[in-house]
Formats: sequence, C-alpha cells, structure tokens
Amino acid sequence: MAQPRIIVLSGYGINCEEETALAFELAGGKAEILHINEIIKQPKKLSQYQILAIPGGFSYGDHTGSGNAYAWKLRNHLFDFLIQFIEKDRLVIGICNGFQILVNLGLLPAINNHYGKREAALIHNDGGLYLDRWVDLEIKNNTPWLKGIDKIFLPIAHGEGKFYAPLKIISHLDKKKLIAATYVKGEICYYQSLKPNPNGSLKDIAAITNENKKILGMMPHPERAIFFTQLPHWPYLKEKLLRVNKKIPQFGPGLKIFKNGIKYFL
Amino acid sequence: MAIHRIEIAKTIIDGQALIKKKKIESFGFKGKIRNLWLIDVYTLAKKISPSALQRIAFALTNPITQEYAIDKPVFKKRFDWAIEISLLPGVTDNVGNTAKELIEDLLKEKFNQDEGVYFSSLIIIEGSLLFDEIKKITNQLLNPLIQTAQIKDFLHFKKEGGMTKKTPQVRLSPSKKVITVNLDVSDEELLKIGKEGILDEKGKRRGPLALDLADLKIIRNYFKSLGRWPTDIELESLAQMWSEHCRHRIFNSPIDEVKQGLFKTFIEKATNKIRKKKKKKDICVSVFSDNSGAIEFTNRYLITYKIETHNTPSALDPFGGSITGIVGVNRDTIGFGLGAKPIANFYGFCFPFPKKNQPPLYRDRQLKQKLLSPNQIIEGVIEGVNVGGNCSGIPTSLGFVFFDDCYRGKPLVFVGTIGLIPKRIKNRKSYLKKAQLGDWIVMIGGRVGLDGVHGATFSSEALNEGSPATAVQIGDPIMQKKFSDALVKKARDLNLYHSITDNGAGGLSCSVIEMAKEAGGCEVWLEKVPLKYPGLDPWQIWISESQERMTLAVPKSKWLKLKTIVNEHGVEATIIGHFTRSGHCVVRYQKKIIMDLSLDFLYHGAPQKNLQTKKPKIFIKKQNIPLPKDFNSLLLTMISHLNIGSYQYISQQYDHEVQGNSVIKPLQGKGRVNGDTVVIKPLSNSNKGLGLSFALFPYASQIDCYQMAGLSIDTAIRNLIAAGANPEKIALLDNFCWCDSYNPERLYQLKQAVKGCYDFALKYATPFISGKDSMFNDFNGFNQNGEAIKISVFPTLLISSLGIIEDIEQIVSIDFKFGGDLIYLIGETEEKMGGSQYYQIFHPVNNQLPTLGDNLPTVDAFKNKKIYRVFHKLINEKLIASAIAISKGGLAISLLKSAMAGDKGARISLKEIDNQSSRDDFLLFSESPGRILVSISPANQKRFETILGSLPFKLIGEVFDEKKVFIDNQRGKQIINLDLRKIKSYYQSSFKKWLNLE
Repeated sequence: MAQPRIIVLSGYGINCEEETALAFELAGGKAEILHINEIIKQPKKLSQYQILAIPGGFSYGDHTGSGNAYAWKLRNHLFDFLIQFIEKDRLVIGICNGFQILVNLGLLPAINNHYGKREAALIHNDGGLYLDRWVDLEIKNNTPWLKGIDKIFLPIAHGEGKFYAPLKIISHLDKKKLIAATYVKGEICYYQSLKPNPNGSLKDIAAITNENKKILGMMPHPERAIFFTQLPHWPYLKEKLLRVNKKIPQFGPGLKIFKNGIKYFL
Repeated sequence: MAIHRIEIAKTIIDGQALIKKKKIESFGFKGKIRNLWLIDVYTLAKKISPSALQRIAFALTNPITQEYAIDKPVFKKRFDWAIEISLLPGVTDNVGNTAKELIEDLLKEKFNQDEGVYFSSLIIIEGSLLFDEIKKITNQLLNPLIQTAQIKDFLHFKKEGGMTKKTPQVRLSPSKKVITVNLDVSDEELLKIGKEGILDEKGKRRGPLALDLADLKIIRNYFKSLGRWPTDIELESLAQMWSEHCRHRIFNSPIDEVKQGLFKTFIEKATNKIRKKKKKKDICVSVFSDNSGAIEFTNRYLITYKIETHNTPSALDPFGGSITGIVGVNRDTIGFGLGAKPIANFYGFCFPFPKKNQPPLYRDRQLKQKLLSPNQIIEGVIEGVNVGGNCSGIPTSLGFVFFDDCYRGKPLVFVGTIGLIPKRIKNRKSYLKKAQLGDWIVMIGGRVGLDGVHGATFSSEALNEGSPATAVQIGDPIMQKKFSDALVKKARDLNLYHSITDNGAGGLSCSVIEMAKEAGGCEVWLEKVPLKYPGLDPWQIWISESQERMTLAVPKSKWLKLKTIVNEHGVEATIIGHFTRSGHCVVRYQKKIIMDLSLDFLYHGAPQKNLQTKKPKIFIKKQNIPLPKDFNSLLLTMISHLNIGSYQYISQQYDHEVQGNSVIKPLQGKGRVNGDTVVIKPLSNSNKGLGLSFALFPYASQIDCYQMAGLSIDTAIRNLIAAGANPEKIALLDNFCWCDSYNPERLYQLKQAVKGCYDFALKYATPFISGKDSMFNDFNGFNQNGEAIKISVFPTLLISSLGIIEDIEQIVSIDFKFGGDLIYLIGETEEKMGGSQYYQIFHPVNNQLPTLGDNLPTVDAFKNKKIYRVFHKLINEKLIASAIAISKGGLAISLLKSAMAGDKGARISLKEIDNQSSRDDFLLFSESPGRILVSISPANQKRFETILGSLPFKLIGEVFDEKKVFIDNQRGKQIINLDLRKIKSYYQSSFKKWLNLE
C-alpha cells in the first residue's frame, strides 16, 4: 500500500497544525496542511486522503463555545463530504480543539451512528482556568489509534476540557466501549504530585471514539510528546541514563498514536 | 431597525457561575449571595425571520448544557437582582463578531454596516442586597472605560419583560471636515494645543499631542515658510512621528557632554564595538533597525526578539492593555524583515502589592476617576496575556512577576516575542526589505475605528485625568492569527511583497511613513481604508491604533495573488495608496489633498532637546538589621515573599507547549519550581537550542544605577550559562522603564544606567540587539482627601538575554537529581547587601526615602567571564547534574529551589563558604553576582575540581533523599532545620494567598 495521506485542517485560529503534520510525517505518513476554505472550494479533495486530523487550537477564539463556530462552518459546507469520508474505511482524529469540534459537529460519539447530533460537551475546567500540565492516561477501548498502548503520559493545555454528557449517554459510552482513555494516576502524576483528573471530566474521560472506533477525539496532545526532550522530566531521566552510561531515546510516547494511524493503512 | 435578543442559560451546574459568586463574595459580600447564574446574551440588530432566529439560537446554544429563549427572558425563577454588563459602543466585541460570522455563514447572508451582533453578560443574583450594594458590586465588576451596566430588580425585570434591549452601535456625527490650525497664537495657546490637543469646531480639545513649545514653534516656522497653516491631520501626524513613544527623543537627544545622545553613544556603540571585535564570530544580523533584533541561529535560520511595554494602557484597562501588548509585540515579529514566525512569548509584570482595603486613588481632583485596585490590575493583566498568548498558538513560557508599591500608579507590563525566519527566502535576504516606487500600499487585517486614537502620544506622558479613553483597546488575537498564517506561512515564501511593517503606535500614519522612507514618498487615499463604522474624521483614520493590522508594499503584478491568499484566510486586504518618489507624504481624502509634508521634516524636523543631568541627593542609609534569632521562620518568610515565591498560578495557565518546542519548561522538576531560564528548540530537525532569560534590580537603582545595570547584565547572562548556553553566543535586549524623565536627577540615573549597559556589555562581549524605552511611568493624581499625589516607579531596567545552546542534550536544569550528589558553590560571596530582597523584607521601600542600604554588590565581569567559560566546559563534559544561578534571596533561596524542584533534601555548611563573615544571615541571603550553585555526581568530583582549578569554588554540602534541609552556620551550629514539604507549601501558597485566589 502506498504511503497513507493525511489531511490536517487549519484556519480560523487552529494552531497545532504544524506539529500535528510533523508527527504524522515522523510516523511515516504524507501529511498536508489545508485551510478549511481550500477544502470548501474543492470538497472532493477529501476523498484523496486516508486520515483526517483536526488539530488543537483556538478556532474562533472559543467564542460561542469552544469548537462550536468551526463545527458550524464544517456543518454548513462540508457535512455530506465528511459523512462520505467516514463511511469509507478512513480514520479521523480530533485533538483538543479538534475534539471539541468533533463533538459539536456530532461526529462523536454518534451513538447508533447517528452523525450530526450533539450528544456530549467539553465544558470549562472545574478549576475555571486554562491549564497546561501533563497527565497519565489509561487506554480503555480497542480503537486502532491506541492499539498496543495500555498507559501513556501526554500534556494537556485547555480551558474547556471537562467531558460532560447526560447520564444516559455516559452509560451508552460505557456499554458500547466508546470511552477510549481515562485520566489515571501514573508516572507523571507521581513524579509531579498531581491529581489525575485535571479538569473534572465525568468518569475521568479524556478521549472517546465513535462506534466503529475509527474516529478518535482526545483532549491531551500526543503531538507535543513525540520527542523525548519534550517530556517534563527528561532532564532527570537524562542524568539517570548518563550515570549508567546510556544514551537518551529520541522519541516520546505520543508518536505511537500517529504510527498506529499510519499502520492501519499499511 | 429590528432588534432581537437571544438569551442562553446553563442547564447544568455552572462552574463559571460558582467562580463569579466567589469573586463577588471576595468584594466583601460573604454569605450575602445565595445563588448566582450567568446568562449569555446576543443582541441582533437586523431584520430576521422567526424561523431563522430559531436556527441562529440553536447554533449558538449547546443543547447538552444550555437552553435558549428568543426575545424573552430565559431565566424563569425568582431572583433579586439582574446586572447586565455590555461593551461600550466601538469597543472590540470579539464574541459578537464570531457570532456574526457564524450567522452570516448559516443564513448565507451578509450583514450590512448598520446591522450587527452584540454580546453581553447577564448576571442573575439571589440574595438580599440593597441597591447600593448591587451598585458597589457592579462597579467592581465593571471597567467604565470599556463597559456599561444595566441593573434591574426582580420587580422591574418582571414588569418590563426582562432586561432592556440595547445595541451599542457607534453613531458618529462627524464633520469630515479638515480643520486648518492657526499657529499664530500665544505661547500659552500653543502649549494648550500640545498638552490638550487641537480645538475642534465645537470648541472641544481633541486629546494630547504631547508636543512641547519648542516643537510647536519649529512647526510654526516650517509652515510659515510654506505660506500656509497646517491641517489637523498634518499636526496630528507630526505629533505621532515626533512622540517620545515613536522617536525616543530622550535617548536620542544631546545630554550633558554626550552630544550624540545616549542611544548612539552607549547602547549602539557597545553593539558595534562588540561586533567588530568578534569578527567572524559575530552573531548579530539585524540590530536596532527593524521591528525586532535578529541573531544568527543556524547557518540557515535567524532568531528575532523584541520586548515591548504596555504600561499606560494596562493601568487604564489591564486586560485590554496586556492583550494588545502581547498581540502587538507578536506583530513586531511578523513585521520583522519579510515576516518572521512567532515561536515564543515572554512576559514580565511589575505590580503593586495586592492589598485589601487600600484607600483608593483618583486621576482627578473631583475624585470621579478612580484608579483600579491592585487586584483588578493584577488579575486583568494576567488574563490579557493568557487570552492573547493562548489564542495565538504561540508558547508563552518565560516570564516573571515583581512586586513593589512604586508600581501602584502604573504597573509595568513587559511583553516580548521571539521569532524564527529563514535567512534567505527565494534568494532574497529575508531581513532586508524595501518598498519600491509604484508598489501599492496595502492594509490587511482588522478594520479601523476610534479605538486607539492618541495611544502613542498619551503614553508619552504621565497618567492623569486627561488620558483619553479612546486610547483603550481590546485585541482580537484570532484575526491576527489568521493573517499571520496567510503571511508567514504562505505569502512570504511566494515573494508577494517588497516590504512589511506592523500598525502599532501611530497606526497608519507611522507605518506608511516608515515605508515611504524606503521608497522615497507615498500617496494615500484615506477614504479607501475600511472602517468599523461610518463617520470617522480623516485624521482619526490616519492615526487610529485599531489593532491587528499590517501595512505591506505590494508590487502591482502580485496584488491579485496576495489578495486571494489573504481573503482565503478570512481576512480583508485593501489598497490604500501607492509609493512614490516625491520625497513627500501626500494624503488625500476623497481626492482632495489634506496632507502634504516632506519626509525630511517628518523625520528630522523635530528639535533636539538639550538635556541636562544633575546628581541626585539620595538618602543612602546604612542598614542596621538586628541579628535574626529564628532562622527557620526567617527563611520561610523569604521563600513565601511574593518576589520569590511560586507563580505557578500564571505559568500553568499560559500554554507553553504549543508548537512543541519547549525543552526546559517554566516549571522545573518534580516540585515544579519557577526557573529564571527556559530553553526552546526552534527547529524540529536540529538539536540546537535557544536559552532565554532576564534580570531586573529595581531596588538597586535606588542606590546606584551604574552597578544596577551591571548586576542585571551579569544575572541575565549567568542564568543562561547555568542552563548550558555558549558564553560566546549570547545577546541582550534592554527595556528602560523610567519615570519623570525630564527631571535632571532622573536623567542622571538614566545616564548612569546606560553607561553601565555599555561597560558591562563590552566586558561580557554580549551585544544589544533590540531595546525599547518608556520614560514617563508616573502617576499624577489625588488621594481620597483630594490631596495631590505623585507615584513614580523606581527606574526599572529589564535586561533580557538569549543564548544559543549548541546541543539541547547538554542542558542542565535546576533540580537536584540524586541523594549523595555533592553541592558546590562556584564564585565568591560578599557581604554587600544593598538593594537585596533580604533588606527589602525588613524595610519596605518608601518612595521618598530609600532605605535599602548603601553597599551594592559589585560585578567583577573579568573574573565572572572566566568562570562562565570554564563552567561551559564542565557542561560540555556532562559533569553537572543541576545548576542554578544565585539571584534574588541569595544562596539560601537557590538551595531551596533546587531542593524543592528535585524533591530532595540537602545539607550545607556556611563554614565552607566563609568563616570570617560578620553575619550568617548575610552569607545566606547575599546576592553577590557571579555565583552558580551546582550539584554533581560524586564520581565526577575529581574531574570537576581539576577543571575549575584555581577559580573560586567551594564544596559546601550534599544532596540527600530524606526530605529535609539543614544549614549549619559558620561555627558549625545548625541554624536551619526544615521539612521540605513545609518549605514547599510556603513557596507555593504565597501568590494565591495574596491574590485571594484560593
């Protein structure tokens, strides 16, 4: 199979497109950053790609609710094309603002494949403030994106990351195994004495998928953890390795997620 | 005009409302508010069908968490009070603008210029409060310069069917006339024109020109020779160009025997000399000439850096002032050369101490214009950089906070941006640019309104009652992100423009004239400039500082391509004139020439001021602090002081990891301790790093500004050295925030500081690449008894440093790593305690009578430089496990920081440092420069000591796993015995406690 192609959305305040594209390239894919207006001009272009990535950022400055305005732009212009895309054997990932967009667009969780209906929300962190820190995650379902990962640590940076849905939806998510990852206490929380759930997310939910598990939305940023030197404790680990005469690794844990995406098509 | 109102309320527990409730309770209403709800309100001024309204409301509402009501109140329960806060007409309404865009896209129908969407916040309160109390609450929530409030009690709310529909549309009844200003008037009238502005036809003054008598007389003579009087726009334009803010006249005028002025004679000369001496090793590429300074990073890339201040705007509207500061300095990056990409932000805040129930101060004698409280300033400024930085996708990592009551009148808000740009773009040197004859003058970005009229001229003066409210602005970082993407990520690399600069101070008037100088002249058609709302006068369009705009010189053949790209990013681009070679700046409005000034007069016409200095009488006092009895509690007092304690609260609400370039983050180690240095990795495919740091010693400037500059430069450099930067590849930025700068005594201090900058930069061979000054950080106002009060900041010099780290794998962090590691102190400790944080704790500085001691530590640059070179060798050989440059609070504080960061205990003995010192407390808290505290693996001891050789260093203790810190005094007696957890809780609690954030 040819090198998988990834479309990385940009525009209107999305701002993690470059590092997201870089992560896919490092993972072996061919990533292209496209402004949403470029796709609106040529929506058929979508079908040339295997993976759609909606990166993090501050689309429309979070006004009218994080991800809402960008989701409406997609809904107004590209909804049918997006449905066509996901009905083929394709993968979608939404990271942080991308997750917020997918939820507002109703592509997640899309219970009973009812795409377009808003069923969950990402609301203001319990702490009330934007928060940049690292978290530990436990992987909970078998989405191809997270294959072969049990636990992983990644950074978060968001003001509206508290996962919220009515109880009925939550129990659906549970039953259908749509919860992809939850916040837990692990290496980073122990290292920096942090509480596991950074934002008050219900059921500690950090990531969910749709029913066929091919659409993943996650608040943490794997693209900010693709190099070892991005880890918060790498200076400590470096010294530890140095004392046993070992070199530091090149890559960080986040890369695996992008590799999984690429591997799915190989 | 049909007006509709969509109200949106939460259907789930609202955390934001709980926070608001807590905040209001902290105003002194604890227990008085039973319940509080927040409601989003969108007011639509447009004819819309009921079905379309339903669709709009549905799109604005999240059905999972919210519900809406159209043209009726959404809140149906009983309550006591409703307060609705909305923006004043003309104030940038970002939420309203997004909603408008969303609606236009949804309905496939554009709004016309009279229509609009306006956002406001409705607060519903349940609680038995009197009207006076509600008014008090409202006043605390409101900034009257940008917002207005509507209050209703339940009865009125019910009776009137909810809140009253209001649209803050701007309605101007402009003259559109251009006034000619007769300057053949008395000196008194001339002075008035300079101070209060041009008299308009209604008999009102238009706001400060900040031109003095000498300036106006030169202008009068110039126009006399032309045989006409200036138009209003010409006079306003001259005021912008000649303002202290734009031209830095104090730094450029002759002062005493220094005929060339301070900048040329000291700052620029230092850089030139260093560059000459370094020859091939010179890292400077573009200094002092462009919007940022630039150094060579790799052989293919440059790093740019610029730091600005936004003090006066932040004093009036802390949020708006700081957000436009950070977003504005981003434009100094986008406007560098052909456009650099912003890759990191820097912030530095000098605040007054947060105090409760502090008597208010007023800007006017009538006691109507109240100064915002320290807490309002602090919270607003912090939030402004949060929104500006986070929304722009630029990591905000390095920063500081510094507290003193000298900043009560005006806070200092430093904001900086680091940029990355390839050295060559399509075979052009990216750092050179030149508008060409015939190029279109193109404005891109936001539209022009009244916001920011007279920003440049009013920040050239002290804050007083005449300070214009229109100078306040709110930024729109998303607008800027959109055009930044279009320019730096697209148009730049297609070579679509010859030159670019940002619209900052002075707006179009400064940016166009700046580029006209490159081409040799310009002609502008002001009616082409897109406006936010109709009715602006030509002079207002010309000097408005409305945010988020760039000016470009676009060759005619490239215009369509550029316009297409910019439009595709959702941004407007407009031709507003063309560049000529006339030697003049000609401005037309609806064909008629309304300004015609020679560039020569605009640039060189301003009279030089002959500045004189006078040595100030400083009441230097020797300090007599009693010997402390309880060192444990003393140390806890120090570590929890606002100038030393953690500001994690800020660091973690600023996204410092976007773009994925952080290597040493703002919070280090297990204990997440704020370091004074961060390291970023600008290129994903290169292991080269960039270290960033800073230093400032406002207390020291009360004693000796020359030494103060030396201390700042040494510390800013040493911070980088400790993290692993190459001492040969460090550059500096200077930001002078002075006060009362025509006062000869202040000028004396300035001259001393600048001389210090020159001497120490030369000694360390670290060139200045960029700088900025803000010379009038004074407040002239009144206390609550109506007595005149003047508050001036301490002369504050911020030295910022950037240094290249050859391989990021060699960086060293501040945290102790392993028990058993040896702790060394490199450098010598002196007993000179003047200006130290230790003295400050015992003797809070009084503005009139500095009592910070008389003996500043001295900087021995020659010796220090030797140490830093050898230290770099230690780093290259990977011998250092942790390193921290000793600064505020001295050895004891640095030790605690390394211990907390590593979550390790430590024991040190002062005896090893000096056994003849008069006092243990001096050894603990001395801020002697040139010192680095390190820990190393015992296995490296021999090699470490051999390399250091005869340089001053002492083995003073050991790291251990037990989480306790012990310090023995010179006689071997234990004076500190503290639990690490206790230290940490003091360190981390201070900021939140003071600010009432818990």
